[in-house]
Amino acid sequence: MTSGQTAGNGVGQTAQHGTKDRVEARRFWMSVLARAPREELEAVFAGLAACPEHRFLRPPEIGLVMVQGRAGGGGNAFNLGEMTVTRCALQFADGTVGLGYVQGRDRRRAEIAAILDALLQSPGTHPDLEQTVIAPLAAAQAARRDARSRKAASTKVEFFTMVRGDNPK
Amino acid sequence: MYVAVKGGERAILNSHKLVAEERRGDPAVPELGLAQITEQFRLAVDRVMNEGSVYDPELAALALKQAQGDSIEAIFLLRAYRTTLPRIAVSRPIETAEMAVRRRVSAAYKDMPGGQVLGPTYDYTHRLLDFALAAEGETVPEAEQAASPLPETMLPVLDILSHEGLIEEEVADREGEPVFDVTRDPMSFPAGRDQRLQNLARGDEGFVLGLAYSTTRGYGGSHPFVGELRMGEVSVEIVPEELGFPIDIGDITVTECQMINQFKGSAEKPPQFTRGYGLSFGHCERKAMAMSLVDRALRCKELGEDALYPAQDDEFVLSHTDNVEAVGFVTHFKLPHYVDFQAELELVRKMRAEQARVEPQEAAE
Repeated sequence: MTSGQTAGNGVGQTAQHGTKDRVEARRFWMSVLARAPREELEAVFAGLAACPEHRFLRPPEIGLVMVQGRAGGGGNAFNLGEMTVTRCALQFADGTVGLGYVQGRDRRRAEIAAILDALLQSPGTHPDLEQTVIAPLAAAQAARRDARSRKAASTKVEFFTMVRGDNPK
Repeated sequence: MYVAVKGGERAILNSHKLVAEERRGDPAVPELGLAQITEQFRLAVDRVMNEGSVYDPELAALALKQAQGDSIEAIFLLRAYRTTLPRIAVSRPIETAEMAVRRRVSAAYKDMPGGQVLGPTYDYTHRLLDFALAAEGETVPEAEQAASPLPETMLPVLDILSHEGLIEEEVADREGEPVFDVTRDPMSFPAGRDQRLQNLARGDEGFVLGLAYSTTRGYGGSHPFVGELRMGEVSVEIVPEELGFPIDIGDITVTECQMINQFKGSAEKPPQFTRGYGLSFGHCERKAMAMSLVDRALRCKELGEDALYPAQDDEFVLSHTDNVEAVGFVTHFKLPHYVDFQAELELVRKMRAEQARVEPQEAAE
């Protein structure tokens, strides 16, 4: 979504920006929840004050997503292969719908992700969970990514020029 | 006369028991866990995911365990399992330019932004058996960590040539159009690049490697340079129907190879470099490189080159890459062909008898 789509005649702009921000915020927490390992999600879930009553719109279900690549990296799409994904949809008594889409075949991860997605949409629980759940999970993921990247960086080649007759002493 | 026979049920059941025992090996030796396979046989897992065409390290590890480490049998198991799952969505194309790079080298440019990052590679090892690994209980090895991480994203090396206009542009001009899917569409020829790339991506590593080798040995006129080889994590996004906006469902490891080939030009195009592309799940570098060479060879017709060699013949290549199909056909010859063989036997006997009758007559004449 580009900002060009929301740049308009002024009146609806604030509302549209609000929607856009909400979508962006949700995209962010869903991406964090999708990457969280089972143990971290269980720990978070165990720490919740209470899990609101909910019913499944779609009980956790394992399926496949066809992953596409692009010819030459930036050209037309082609089908690379599939990956396993588990999804879940549930609804709180107040009507809030939570969705979980996580890589792999762990139904429990998808369920906890969906519950947290619903809680994060509820104004009452959102600020607290953003602080206590999403921020630490995101920090752990950033730390793992940073460590991986720094290990790779340690293998970066430093070239030096060999000069004829200039042997190191 | 054809006589239907039944039997072998007990033999088959007992062979299942026997293979289970063989698979387990000596019970005094601890059993392999799936985590051991995913952690310590990762490259085998990656190959099974890639050619099995399902990214799921745990399933690939299970398949390898069940197949006693036979990768092609494991690939077959994964392909079979895949058919039991519904397809939830098709992802947006992954953006390899945004990869969290763990390895990235170029044979064409020494100094490019981000530099040469060797990552976890066997390239510069001495290929001497390390007997220290035979002794269990070694101290846990630890990698060095640089003071700062690599840049968040690294500019694709080919963009350097592209900015100068010296390499053909890779244009995405078919957005929204259907993409060929070998799991749903029957093979058709001449094959589009989408069909070719998917077929090569899931194709047998050995076969694709052999074809790639042939193109560089005079059966394809290939003079390639690795413009860039990169490995790392990319995020996968889908647009769930119930949301209508893209969400990120996790990271997968992929290996990408951008092969540069010279092109002398044609009536429409000036001399420039052309591209061959390889992409694989996991860290399957040999496969990604081989794929990029065969992709380039198969592009001969669109570049106005003569198709003279096996690797340039799309029907030949694409019909024979799939190791599950190839194994199915080649190994079915060991199944009972008793009746066919009886018929052939009768025929050979008849021909012999015929010959024996004709030859004495000829000798008498």
